[in-house]
Amino acid sequence: MPDLLDQPALDAVRDEALAAFAAAPDLSALAALKATTVGDKSPLARARQAVGALPKDQKADAGKRVNAVAQALGRAFDDRRQALEAERDARVLVEEAVDVTVLPSRPVGARHPLTTIQERIVDVFVGMGWELAEGPELEHAWFNFDALNVPAHHPAREEQDTLWVDPPGSGLLLRTQTSPVQVRSLLDRELPVYVVCPGRVFRNEAQDATHSPVFGQLEGLCVDEGITMAHLRGTLDAYAAAMFGEGTTTRLRPNYFPFTEPSAELDLQCFSCRGASAVPGGEPCRVCSSEGWIEVGGCGMVNPAVLRACGVDPERYSGFAFGMGLDRTLMFRHGITDIRDLYEGDVRFTLPFGLEA
Amino acid sequence: MRVPLSWLRTLVPALSASADDVAAALVRAGLEVEQVHRYGDDVRSVVVGEVLDVEELTGFKKPIRFCHVDVGTRSHEVVCGARNFAAGDRVAFALPGASLPGGFEIATRQTYGRTSDGMICSEAELGLSDESDGILVLAPDAPLGVDVVEHLSLRDEVLDIAVTPDRGYTLSVRGVAREVATAFGLELVDPGLAPAAPATDDGPPVTLQDDGCTRYVARLVTGLDPAAPSPAWLQRRLVLAGMRPISLAVDVTNHVMLELGQPLHAFDADRLQGGITVRRALAGERLTTLDGKDRALDEADLVIADTSGAVAVAGVMGGAATEVTATTTTLLLESARFEPVAIAKTARRHRLPSEASKRYERGVDPALAPAAAEAAVRLLVEHGGATAGPVTDVDSRPAQPVLAFPVGAPERIAGRPYARDVVVGRLQDVGCTVTGEGDVVEVVPPSWRPDLTGTAELVEEVVRLEGYDTIPVALPSAPAGRGLTRQQGLRRTASRALAAGGLVEVVTPPFVGEQAVDLFGAGGPSPRLVNPLSAEQALLRPSLLPGLLAALARNASRGLADVALFETGPVFLGAGGSAPTPGVDGPPTPEQRAALDAALPAQPRHAGVVLTGAPASWDAAVSALVDLGRALGLVLVPRALQQDPFHPGRCAELLLDGRRVGLAGELHPRVVATLGLPARTCAAEADLDVLVEAAAALDPVRAPVVSHYPPSSVDVALVVEAAVAAADVEAALRSGAGELLEDLHLFDVFTGPQVGEGRRSLAYALRFRAPDRTLTDVEVLGARDAAVALAGERTGAVLRA
Ligand SMILES: [Zn+2]
Repeated sequence: MPDLLDQPALDAVRDEALAAFAAAPDLSALAALKATTVGDKSPLARARQAVGALPKDQKADAGKRVNAVAQALGRAFDDRRQALEAERDARVLVEEAVDVTVLPSRPVGARHPLTTIQERIVDVFVGMGWELAEGPELEHAWFNFDALNVPAHHPAREEQDTLWVDPPGSGLLLRTQTSPVQVRSLLDRELPVYVVCPGRVFRNEAQDATHSPVFGQLEGLCVDEGITMAHLRGTLDAYAAAMFGEGTTTRLRPNYFPFTEPSAELDLQCFSCRGASAVPGGEPCRVCSSEGWIEVGGCGMVNPAVLRACGVDPERYSGFAFGMGLDRTLMFRHGITDIRDLYEGDVRFTLPFGLEA
Repeated sequence: MRVPLSWLRTLVPALSASADDVAAALVRAGLEVEQVHRYGDDVRSVVVGEVLDVEELTGFKKPIRFCHVDVGTRSHEVVCGARNFAAGDRVAFALPGASLPGGFEIATRQTYGRTSDGMICSEAELGLSDESDGILVLAPDAPLGVDVVEHLSLRDEVLDIAVTPDRGYTLSVRGVAREVATAFGLELVDPGLAPAAPATDDGPPVTLQDDGCTRYVARLVTGLDPAAPSPAWLQRRLVLAGMRPISLAVDVTNHVMLELGQPLHAFDADRLQGGITVRRALAGERLTTLDGKDRALDEADLVIADTSGAVAVAGVMGGAATEVTATTTTLLLESARFEPVAIAKTARRHRLPSEASKRYERGVDPALAPAAAEAAVRLLVEHGGATAGPVTDVDSRPAQPVLAFPVGAPERIAGRPYARDVVVGRLQDVGCTVTGEGDVVEVVPPSWRPDLTGTAELVEEVVRLEGYDTIPVALPSAPAGRGLTRQQGLRRTASRALAAGGLVEVVTPPFVGEQAVDLFGAGGPSPRLVNPLSAEQALLRPSLLPGLLAALARNASRGLADVALFETGPVFLGAGGSAPTPGVDGPPTPEQRAALDAALPAQPRHAGVVLTGAPASWDAAVSALVDLGRALGLVLVPRALQQDPFHPGRCAELLLDGRRVGLAGELHPRVVATLGLPARTCAAEADLDVLVEAAAALDPVRAPVVSHYPPSSVDVALVVEAAVAAADVEAALRSGAGELLEDLHLFDVFTGPQVGEGRRSLAYALRFRAPDRTLTDVEVLGARDAAVALAGERTGAVLRA
């Protein structure tokens, strides 16, 4: 029997190879060991050849022992390869680590708060079954004044500082209120009518911190059978609760508007202090100047003269209308102190409002 | 209207409530009390003194006096800069330790080399007026040593009330007092009901030639002492009410107007020629008014005339020629009722709003004329030594209307019951006469409430006086709504898409100048404002870009370099026409309605975008519109166009099914320079209404068949003339490739010597796939060749060698 089939010799081959595997620093070094340990010219290959040359009676034993070495080396080789692969994979992941706070610089946009607050308020009313009505900004005086019970030379018409459009006397104007949309709604829609009308309105008024010649308004109109002031109060309270939190209420104070009778100023309970600042000894409140209420608009029962001008029978139908300043609502809701910020287009002002302020 | 509480108490003697409580009660009743002013509380230790002697100090920059002032118990040395007094005058003297409005404390001090042991006060220093020349000289009988606050009745509170157009009667102490009396359930002493001297046969002749005047009371007053001053209490009332005392005659007419709401005019009777006629102005008639202006009268102006012509613009302003002067001894007092609309028009026409016209415009109580004249005459007799003369009263006012009022009306409107006696009682509170026992009663409104013309107005009186806070809360049951329309929803989508694309929304005013219209208009006229806020911005925008660019420039001037803005909103196209104003007794006829709508210029909503700095490039501007279209489900195709105000080589029109819906690109350098914008500013604008309508009209999307067979990808590089648009090449490739094409995109654009001068190479990746089989190479190459062939046919493209 040749020496290389001696058990000690086989053990030496095996141990040498195992040591080499264990010492291989990486996958390529391990691969390079393959030829010298298990390849055609390796001692192991030579041992297999030698087994072939043995007499028949010795073959079984020698072959068994050579195979045992071959299997041990195969297993050891695979184990080592798997270990080295795992090491490599872990190293790559470490090397591929990034700073996740460095992001591509893409322009960031935002929507104007006048747009988003309009949508929010409209959604409150749409949720109650109302619809959104719209109309032109450049209007005819008949829609803006006459049909609203404000005839020519009425003091209320003069108070509004209307911006008139050429030719003089044509009756064309920039709407001073969103009420002409109410008139169009009554003329064009089937009764009953439940509509909200947001939009821009215009006054011949110098720009300062609290006045703007262009500002946003939102009006609502409900004309149906059996409508009373109780429905007006209920609707306004529902709006206040939806917009400013459950339990926020409204208050009506008598006032005058030509298109409603009775008419009222609309106060919103301060959403910040809930009226607590107005109680003697209460913490002062900046939102409402410690009055407990914030004046937000006007409202009332639709004047029968308006219904008649719109072809609605005031004997059968009654209705209520309300209006509020969107700029003012924004100002107290977001703590805006200068109305000019809304109209100058400075991106630093608008960006914080995001897409759905 | 400023109402001193002391004055109010003379009409509601039992009123004991504080000013704040009165104000709160009035607010509940619907009067706008804007403020409660307080006077006199801040004046302490100021007493009546007499100047004993005056020594002029010299050698100082201004004349200074050193005086001794006797305050009854002792005399004080005092240094004073005023010169309008003499020894023996009684003055308001602030003792050492006194305090004056504004927190001023008076102390003994050394000044101008003397000791000043107090101060002689002016009206302004006492808070009696805003400014004053010299010190306040009191009446010679003012008692020495008495507190000036008591002596002059300085302590008072004034309610400042904003009067709404329907409440003309509250432009008087009388009207406010009525609301106060009702609110507190107290008795009103109505000076409007005081008896007046009846008309006499020898009264001044008065002819009413126009129904713009329905009542005219004229009273002669003779023997007036023109030098007689108004009593201090009367002057004080006027000052507190915000008017300046002038002379007895003028002060008395103002006092009566403030108390009763009836404007009075005093003519110098000696300067009138013949009787009084109320008529419209004659053609070419002129009048020099009290303010010294020579005015051309309009034939619609109501005037008071004598035989010489117009002597006053009725209800607005008197004439200079018949003005009461420092020598007038005989007055003709006018107490008249003029129609609101006539006065409103004239006051507007001549830009002459006055205290009188303000009241006439809102309607003056026609029953009031005799009582008001009587009140004035009595004051002139008492304080001016005058004698009451003959009286004329021409009365052509219509009878008060009788309104049929259903007592259930307040319940129908307020949604809560009101007892019958409550309804009737409240109507009586406001001065109505109520008769009848049935469900419908007859109501005659009081003469001072011309606003009470129907059921709705009477309902309001009942409901407001019972309190809005007593109305219950209920929700109406609206029918099932349809939610937002498709178009309204799509506009929100558009707004969100623009913002999500990195643009910041702005809201800009629609006012622009000629230059903006020239640069950005489509050529047609723009609506022009008759009374613009600024003459330079008298037109309404034909495009959103001028406003957006102004906002962009503002941002740039504030040091913000990278700015990307958008706006959506209407533009105004066309000048607008004219339409007759329909009546209001019913809806406009279809013809009237059509005429009204036709008079309005087109006002389509646009979407505009401007970009500067890092986000600004012509392709970002074009992409903004392409992306906007995509958000709405539309394919907008850019095509090169030379169009002002854009750079001729960097402008695209955006086509929707071949129709232009927008423009985008870099602005022309000339426009950038003209407007002072940052270099290479880019812009885009689209007709949002057209996009939204097109999107709303889209059929439901047909779902594609998603093939599970493998794709085949091929690239082609085509060489075309530089002027050929890539979009045209792409369209040809798509058509030519046929149904097997799944995707196609441009991945490289190359120019250089290899492709030749004036040409470029466009490289496209094409992906083919069939829904039902794996494609063969023959099929794929066949489709590719067909695509290249069609591109060659349409655009001259050849495969790059
Ligand atoms: Zn508060």
